[in-house]
Amino acid sequence: MLQIRNLHVSIDGQKILRGIDLDVQPGTVHAVMGPNGSGKSTLASVLAGRDGYEIEEGSVTYNGQDLLDMDPEIRAREGVFLAFQYPVEVPGVTTMYFMREAVNAVRKHRGEEELSAGEFLKLARQKIDPLGMEADMLKRAINEGFSGGEKKRSEIFQMAMLEPKLAVLDETDSGLDIDALKIVADGVNSLRSADRSFVVITHYQRLLNYIVPDYVHVLSDGRIELSGDKNLALELESRGYGWINDDVVPQAAAGV
Amino acid sequence: MSSAVEQLEGLTAQEYKYGFVTDIDQETLPPGLTEDTVRFISAKKEEPEWLLEWRLKAFRHWQGMTEPTWPNVSYPKIDYQSISYYAAPKSADDKPKSLDEVDPELLATYEKLGIPLEERAVLAGVAVDAVFDSVSVATTFREKLADAGVIFMSISEAVREHPELVRKYLGSVVPPSDNFFAALNSAVFSDGSFVFIPKGVTCPMELSTYFRINAMNTGQFERTLIVAEDDSYVSYLEGCTAPMRDENQLHAAVVELVALENARIKYSTVQNWYPGDKDGNGGIYNFVTKRGACRGKRSKISWTQVETGSAITWKYPSCILIGDGSVGEFYSVAVTNNHQQADTGTKMIHIGKDTTSTIVSKGISAGVSNNSYRGLVKIMPKADGARNFSQCDSMLMGDRCGAHTFPYLEVRNKTAQVEHEATTSKIGEDQIFYLNQRGIETEDAVSMIVNGFCKEVFRELPMEFAVEAQKLLGVSLEGSVG
Repeated sequence: MLQIRNLHVSIDGQKILRGIDLDVQPGTVHAVMGPNGSGKSTLASVLAGRDGYEIEEGSVTYNGQDLLDMDPEIRAREGVFLAFQYPVEVPGVTTMYFMREAVNAVRKHRGEEELSAGEFLKLARQKIDPLGMEADMLKRAINEGFSGGEKKRSEIFQMAMLEPKLAVLDETDSGLDIDALKIVADGVNSLRSADRSFVVITHYQRLLNYIVPDYVHVLSDGRIELSGDKNLALELESRGYGWINDDVVPQAAAGV
Repeated sequence: MSSAVEQLEGLTAQEYKYGFVTDIDQETLPPGLTEDTVRFISAKKEEPEWLLEWRLKAFRHWQGMTEPTWPNVSYPKIDYQSISYYAAPKSADDKPKSLDEVDPELLATYEKLGIPLEERAVLAGVAVDAVFDSVSVATTFREKLADAGVIFMSISEAVREHPELVRKYLGSVVPPSDNFFAALNSAVFSDGSFVFIPKGVTCPMELSTYFRINAMNTGQFERTLIVAEDDSYVSYLEGCTAPMRDENQLHAAVVELVALENARIKYSTVQNWYPGDKDGNGGIYNFVTKRGACRGKRSKISWTQVETGSAITWKYPSCILIGDGSVGEFYSVAVTNNHQQADTGTKMIHIGKDTTSTIVSKGISAGVSNNSYRGLVKIMPKADGARNFSQCDSMLMGDRCGAHTFPYLEVRNKTAQVEHEATTSKIGEDQIFYLNQRGIETEDAVSMIVNGFCKEVFRELPMEFAVEAQKLLGVSLEGSVG
């Protein structure tokens, strides 16, 4: 589904990613962990196509296509979804109107009929209910006046509406209390399927108690220094990221 | 988004859709302005002596006035002797009795503008007065309105048919000596609309006037007068377009509104005069005086404007709140792109007790344009309990345009409450990217963000026109985001 090869990325001349390699198979959940400044959010932004990132080297292949060559809206229509760390407010535009335009843009791209207002509303109610949100939220302007938890739940709602093939969750757990975290995790788990993959970016292991990953990767200083299964996350939790830098980095550098 | 600015530029290159010229037999007065010009116009309209005298007095006053220089706009000096002050389709000499007699070429023009004059085809419940260059060519639904007691006709006809009403109210809100352009208009106004809603009547349909400048080198000076008697209501909309011409054309209109006790007037404008080309050649100079007087207790005047056209806009729809408990409102969206300049806003003059006013202004600047909000809130000594709320938001697209806010406050009563909020934002790359990431194209994303920004104003427009305004905004800003 997704192959990242030797990806080097800089912002304003400053190197952030220094050779990322990552393979994501359909139906798998990959957690990407790492300390602040390790390049986690840069990776998410580059996958979604945000402007301002210089790709110096490497490639990203998504379902056989060159992902980096696509405009952000085309990536979205092809099934790439980014749950934002800081969802922006768009005053005066209702979530309902926004999502209807988005869902129909994706459907049109796939050669499907656009949804009527009635069909859309039915679908939206169905998706919003399990997230513990009122359908009233649809009538509010995008993220305007939303609490931190509401914003993150709205991201998961949008993901459920758009049914992506590859969902990238950028620190979706940040700023959530334990109840909100569970709701968000349940939302993600209910979307897990054999043809949908997730890249879950997080600083803390906590989220991974609820979204159990198939693979865990540790990003440090722009490189994936270590990969393993869910137990790696637990080890990180008890030993901290310092352990990676002190111990693993020299080994990795030595090719061990 | 580096490509955003480029895209904005591509979009702004969008052609003006109403730029065609109608080939029609015209009677045009040679350029120049003297007392004889004023006499000619008055004679052409077979006006009574008092009106000719009124015009001449305005003209003499105008001769002693100087053009205002305080607006935040710049343009070459206007030569008032090089403008023609009267142009009319020839067929108007014997004014058509019904639509069947209107020149088919003219009807076709209005069809092209999307304004059907055929009554059966007209949008349900909207009566239209169409003003082509200097004269009104057709007013629809007159009989139906007359049944309700509503008078809706061109002001020239009103002078003939209801001289006592016109004489009583004309110039009572905007006196001929008010300002340079109002004085000029008073001297040479050619036509416009007259509306009278008698006591207790709710006007049964939306009233609408479409102004079209067609002739070359011609100024358009229309005059609109709306009087709403006690306990009456009317909603009125004006729309305007003009052909694309290389030279600038002057439009100096005057609109006067009078609301008596408990009366409500809602006045909406969708202004789409030709803005000039992308290099700033041509376009309309829109120098307009609009003012409403809330004379009766609890009366209300509400101005809503969507300004996307004109090379230069200079206008401040205002409310004079005389009646106790009267209400003034001003909702405005002003869009400037390319080389357009706008200096627009409002004046709210609180005279009566417990008067309230609301100002919501949304300015959007793109290209190398300049957009200024200029607003005055004045609370007079006797206006106990007066309240005002002003909100002025500006949005910038790209980094070569300007947004300016000039709020003036004069409070002479200690019990008054005045609130002012202002924001300036750049259309966010983050917002555009967020919408892109959900599959929405940049152009649609911009239109969505801008329409959201203007929502508080659009929701004040009558439904059909709100849709029109949204589309218009899309066209005006096409290509302008970054």
